[in-house]
Amino acid sequence: MSSKNPTDGPARGPDQEPRQGFSRRTFIEGVGIGAGAVGAIGTAQPARADTHEPVGPDPVAITLNINGKSHELKVEPRVTLIDALRNRLDLTGAKKVCDRATCGACTVMVDGDPVYSCTMLAIEAQGRRIETIEGISTEDSMHPVQAQFVEHDAQQCGFCTPGLVMAGKAIVDSNPQPTMADVESGLSGNICRCGTYVGVRKAVYDAARA
Amino acid sequence: MATKYDWPAADDRSLIGKRHNRVDGPAKARGAAKYSYDRNLDGMLYAKLVTSTVPHGRIVGIDTSRAEKAPGYKGHVNILNVGDEVQWAGAEILAICADTEEHVRDAAAAVTVLYESMPHWVKDEDVEKAGEANRVKPAKDDTKGPNLEEAWKSADATVEGYYGLAVITHCCLEPHGQVVDWTGDEITVYASTQAVARIPGDLATGLSRDEKIGTVAADSVHVITPYMGGGFGSKFNIDTWGIACAKLSKMTGKPVKLMLDRDEELMVAGGRPSDFGNIKVGAKKDGTLVAYESETWSTGGIAGRGSPPVPYVYNNEERLAQKARHLNVSTNIGPARAWRAPNHPQAAVLTMCPMEDLAAKLDMNPVDFFKKNADLTARPEVYRYEIDKCAEMIGWADKWHKRGDSGSGPVKRGLGMSLHTWGGRPHDSTCEVRIQPDGGVSVNMASQDLGVGTYTTLSVVAAETLGLQIPDIKVNIGSSKLPISGASGGSTTVGGTTASTRRATVNALEELKTVVAEALETEADDLVAKDGKVFSKSDSSKSLTWQEACRKLGNRTITGQGKQPDRNGGKLNDSGVGGVQMADVSVDVETGIVSINKIAAVQDVGLVICLEQCESQVYGSLIQGVAWALYEESIYDQTTGKMLNPDMEFYKLPGAGDIGELEVHMVQNKYDDRGVIGIGEPPAISPGAAISNAVANAIGVRVPTLPLTPDKVLAALANA
Ligand code: FES
Ligand code: FES
Repeated sequence: MSSKNPTDGPARGPDQEPRQGFSRRTFIEGVGIGAGAVGAIGTAQPARADTHEPVGPDPVAITLNINGKSHELKVEPRVTLIDALRNRLDLTGAKKVCDRATCGACTVMVDGDPVYSCTMLAIEAQGRRIETIEGISTEDSMHPVQAQFVEHDAQQCGFCTPGLVMAGKAIVDSNPQPTMADVESGLSGNICRCGTYVGVRKAVYDAARA
Repeated sequence: MATKYDWPAADDRSLIGKRHNRVDGPAKARGAAKYSYDRNLDGMLYAKLVTSTVPHGRIVGIDTSRAEKAPGYKGHVNILNVGDEVQWAGAEILAICADTEEHVRDAAAAVTVLYESMPHWVKDEDVEKAGEANRVKPAKDDTKGPNLEEAWKSADATVEGYYGLAVITHCCLEPHGQVVDWTGDEITVYASTQAVARIPGDLATGLSRDEKIGTVAADSVHVITPYMGGGFGSKFNIDTWGIACAKLSKMTGKPVKLMLDRDEELMVAGGRPSDFGNIKVGAKKDGTLVAYESETWSTGGIAGRGSPPVPYVYNNEERLAQKARHLNVSTNIGPARAWRAPNHPQAAVLTMCPMEDLAAKLDMNPVDFFKKNADLTARPEVYRYEIDKCAEMIGWADKWHKRGDSGSGPVKRGLGMSLHTWGGRPHDSTCEVRIQPDGGVSVNMASQDLGVGTYTTLSVVAAETLGLQIPDIKVNIGSSKLPISGASGGSTTVGGTTASTRRATVNALEELKTVVAEALETEADDLVAKDGKVFSKSDSSKSLTWQEACRKLGNRTITGQGKQPDRNGGKLNDSGVGGVQMADVSVDVETGIVSINKIAAVQDVGLVICLEQCESQVYGSLIQGVAWALYEESIYDQTTGKMLNPDMEFYKLPGAGDIGELEVHMVQNKYDDRGVIGIGEPPAISPGAAISNAVANAIGVRVPTLPLTPDKVLAALANA
């Protein structure tokens, strides 16, 4: 049942970019999508793929590691990460707007990369390090990107803000000296309807240098 | 005559007119701000709409039997019934709820609705075909000013052209919707709304129409909206989905969340009317405008749409001969909702674009042409000043060239401009300011912050009045149980709410001064509240810190009331402003792609309360303007009658890299005596006309209609 046959769905190994979305079929059939690649490369990976059973459509128990804490929940395999965060765990900072990977409002970090959580299934996020807007600040101090958003009035209604902050954090995490062009391209996956980009661009640019 | 309520003189302002961080900024940046969509109540159910799949038809059957057997199904209520007519695709037919979001999707999909289809029409631009389809009604035919024929005879140059702009949709990022918790006699509504104080009455009326529900008192409804994710004029009412959501809550005894899906949001919860027109304008050799004649048509859905206010800004009825004819086109598309500055962006395109074409024909620099005719506007001085200022900001003198005279390379650069006006009269508002014995101060009213900065402006007004700092003030808005304040529409909020807050705060302070005067053995009139202290003007040894002063209240809390309007309450606000915008664009004539180099905006709003949030409103307007000038259009297909792009991949909005450089200048210290005037609408008007004019200047031909998409740019070039 594992995806040994490459036509069943592309294999993914540690040397490849993680794929951030799967067809439901790939999902239901093959939670252990890394199996083929693991064999080929020979790195030590959990051997979960070889023995798994098909899951769903009924709810399955999953564990998600979010902001350093482990959360156990039961969700149907079709539940997206954004819906699991918002509807099951009351982590409502990330927003659901387009629900199909065009607006960026749902952006969270998964293993350090910004991901549209509307396009990742919750069960797919198991075993990965999920970081949401709620996890990047403490009670008394904001993340530099958040602080600069406030400083530059980079928000109006604020509904896009958590997604833009996470996209901004991804930029500064990966590049300590981004140019304005780097900032614009790093933010290009996020839409703000109120029109806050002037402040947002400055905020991210300055946060990198803060 | 000066009153105690008047705004402090310029030298005495320590907070008003300055830059401040948004009070609600940290909550939003942290993702901690709870919007309606974010409410998760115990046992809450999820609801979803079933909407019409046909653009026009009669409902002949609604079958919910399969849905009722779907896992997790909890109930449904009809919004329309068998026999009812639907007039657009996406019309709300019923609302259904279930225990999870996934289950309600399944349940909604299991509902079958049958229609007897009826003829539909969704095309507004082709007015002839719309006429053949019997969808056109004359709406206005009116002539003003000097004799039109004489005026045309006196014109040395005329231009006639076709201009227009398509229907667009609001696309609020937080969709329309709410969570309703109906427990016993209490109905709590977490509504995404621009009208906190209006929703209780609106919902109660809607529910009371249902015999099964009976009479519902408006006072049993509590609306809670501390934050809302965008409205732009589209979120004033409870809507069918709010009423259905409340009924589901009553029926199930559970809280119910119903937020529109993205496609519904774009199809039925937004919509700015189109406007198209054949326009003729004429001027004398020296540039004096003498005549404007228009035949326009527009749609805002089934009701069509009335005439735009053309000619716009340049409309002096004594000197400009004017004739306007308007046709109303009825279409089977979602009904129009108010959009920032209703009708004005359209009027700006239909006026400022032909005017720039006329300037080009006269071989005049548009800056000179628009200034020369400033006497035809209601505010010649304001506009002349603003045109000069804006020209300086964009570098007009150096960068402007004659139309089409933009070099031989494939990328052509050009400049364009536009002017606008708006009222912004303050809405009615009641405010209660409390001063507590522990020194705490709160400002309380049933207003709302759409993201414009209401929390911040009210904090600034109260703090300035009491000699305190912004963090010393707690602003309580977003609850309908607080003193009533108006809906946020038409740039009326800042004028209304700052006035009621100023008056309430002055009244509260007077009461405090009376108590403190006794303690300090002086007169109340002798006391000043400043720099966190209350002290005697005549004897500097008599001084208390704010906290000490408030402690003198013992266990009594002061409540100061303030209202807008208030005839004895000083001159705190006004209406009527002018603004000018100029755009600098590049157009690639091989690909047809337009890109923004820079847009400059100069705006008068009387007295600025919070400079930074005011600027943010203008930046936002410019960015939204880039969106509807270059990208946005609700595209309808006549064959199916459906919107083809009710999503965010094909309903295009700009990203952070698509807006160029934006520069904003708020006119301060010039018209401050007028008091506060709203900012939400005025700057949202001109961007489309200014960008269209800049494109014409760059490529030498007019691209007639917005959005200025590459196909239209290439077609205009090919037709030239
Ligand atoms: S909600 Fe995920 S990208 Fe828009
Ligand atoms: S601030 Fe409203 S959508 Fe960005």
